[in-house]
Amino acid sequence: MLLRMPKITLWRIIIAVIAALGLYYTALRYTRGLGAVTNLSDKFPWGLWVGFDVITGVGLAAGAFIIALTVYIFRIDTYRPILRPAILTGFLGYSLVAVGLLYDLGKWYDVWHPIVFWNPHSVMFEVAWCVMLYLTVLALEFSSVVFERLRLNLLKKLIHMLIIPLSILGVILSTLHQSSLGSLFLIVPSKLYALWYSPYLPLFFFVSAVSVGFAMVTMESFLSRRFLGKGIELNLLNGLARVNVLVMAFYLTIKLIDLANRGVLGAVLSTRFESIMFDIETMVQVVVPLLLLLIPAVRTSARGLFVTSLFIVIGFIMNRLDITITGVEASSGTSYFPAFGEIAISVFLVTMGFLAFAFAAKYLNVFVHVQKKDEPPVAIIHDVE
Amino acid sequence: MATKGILIDSTRCIGCGACEKACKMRNNLPLGLENHLSATAYTVVQERRPGIYVRRMCMHCENPTCVSVCPVGAFTKTAAGPVTYDKDKCIGCRYCMYSCPFSVPKYQWDRVIPYVQKCSLCADRIEEGSEPACTAACPVGASIFGERDALIGEAQKRIRDNPSKYVDHIYGLNEAGGTSVLYLSSVPFDKLGEPFTMQLPHKPLPLYTWAALEKVPTIVVVGGVVLTGIWWITSRRDEVKKFEERTQQHHWWQPGKKNGGTDKDPERR
Repeated sequence: MLLRMPKITLWRIIIAVIAALGLYYTALRYTRGLGAVTNLSDKFPWGLWVGFDVITGVGLAAGAFIIALTVYIFRIDTYRPILRPAILTGFLGYSLVAVGLLYDLGKWYDVWHPIVFWNPHSVMFEVAWCVMLYLTVLALEFSSVVFERLRLNLLKKLIHMLIIPLSILGVILSTLHQSSLGSLFLIVPSKLYALWYSPYLPLFFFVSAVSVGFAMVTMESFLSRRFLGKGIELNLLNGLARVNVLVMAFYLTIKLIDLANRGVLGAVLSTRFESIMFDIETMVQVVVPLLLLLIPAVRTSARGLFVTSLFIVIGFIMNRLDITITGVEASSGTSYFPAFGEIAISVFLVTMGFLAFAFAAKYLNVFVHVQKKDEPPVAIIHDVE
Repeated sequence: MATKGILIDSTRCIGCGACEKACKMRNNLPLGLENHLSATAYTVVQERRPGIYVRRMCMHCENPTCVSVCPVGAFTKTAAGPVTYDKDKCIGCRYCMYSCPFSVPKYQWDRVIPYVQKCSLCADRIEEGSEPACTAACPVGASIFGERDALIGEAQKRIRDNPSKYVDHIYGLNEAGGTSVLYLSSVPFDKLGEPFTMQLPHKPLPLYTWAALEKVPTIVVVGGVVLTGIWWITSRRDEVKKFEERTQQHHWWQPGKKNGGTDKDPERR
């Protein structure tokens, strides 16, 4: 038998380079410490790994709990085809957050300490517990897909019996920690720029996580169809987009009311760097997607929904990075831009996530209704509009 | 035991650096002049304005931010006043550094296994009935150690006796809910640079996050009840629907229904 060399394609070369860089900086980080790989300092102790890998990562994985809520609790069966990809994304997303933490924590091998050393006054303690428990919930929820593949029907049935309490627990845990990631910043009123610091940060974090959850599910579906020939029917994604319009409109409204109430609405027009970043973030995350979704042609086309979702996701990432990094730069007395090593590790982790998703989608029954690539998805659209 | 603290009178400080040296000796830190607080300098004296020296160190807050934010409770506010750090509990998340209003905790960035470093107010010496190394070393009494209440009284007395020399403000009396380290100055504090320029609320900072955290039990209970309720209603609705469909199958004589209507089905004809 001949061993065939894997075909060399551009994508494979890119992935190989990312992996090589990732492994190099991983080795450097664990043998030389945080100072050798990052641009972090006493004045700027939180950077890209906390801001992107952990805080943004948790938000991007929010789709799982929303779709579980829709299908298992509200019992809207139409959305069942989205359930598995959403839970897979959630599971992979939270796993990456856990791995990201292992890079960022100075004493990474003590990551389990919150289990035994308690401090209920700490938001971080609450987030740690919620993320641990929710990762377990997601693993159990997704395990039924694996059991199905391995034909372990008894175990699959067991998970099926537990699925309602698991989903309820998952929704509660998600609500808690998605909002608590915002609560983390309540304790820095004198450090965080006024446009971002608000007593309503927990609410903003929660609502924007719901919005980006919808967007992520849509993007995944589009990419899966493109690269794996598997995806979700367009009318379902259209339904998600329409709910998302309401979520985003609510988000924009409460943000504006909050800015007005705190008397900082004028700062939106300031030419300060932070204000400009805030404006760009708000445009990309909410205003542009809202305007786009008002156009029927955008709402009913796969490409339109993809572009809109891309805006929401990028805007969401900007928002989280603005709050963890940009918003505290002025008070820190220094400036921060991630080192190449920090970026390399973050890109490495995201790439591993994409590969894991592709691998799972290929070998497990993630997309239950397999559609052929050339099957026109637009045909179903008449049911919706 | 009443809380102990330090009163730093910047009008008396001559910038000799004896406190810095005593601190380094006491904590086995590498000797050598440093301009800023660091993992190897728990206190530094800085000339913030011509001839005005300000000593920086951990403020040992009455209701400390670090104690509140640490997920594993590595920081403790002891009854005697010092805020101490347990390096074995610490996981290295650096939330204490991010959130400390005075930017005091520092990190060993160059180490493979790093720890947070900061002044402990020589908690062990206080326990023995002694005073911190820095105040013991001060040759001019610019830093004095004592019970916080007594220090506040002393500070008020100095301001009262010499109103032209001091600004009428004891920094640390109310800032961030009050600190065990107190400052007196001859120029307004907002002209002394960080951290004095920062507008700190008088409310202890941990109360800001507690306002959100205290809602957690409510969210769990209400969320659990509401979600279970919704699930019960939706599943009951589905059950009823199924039951109705099943019973209607028996009504085969009803026209237009599943069984009764078969011969009217255009595709069957």
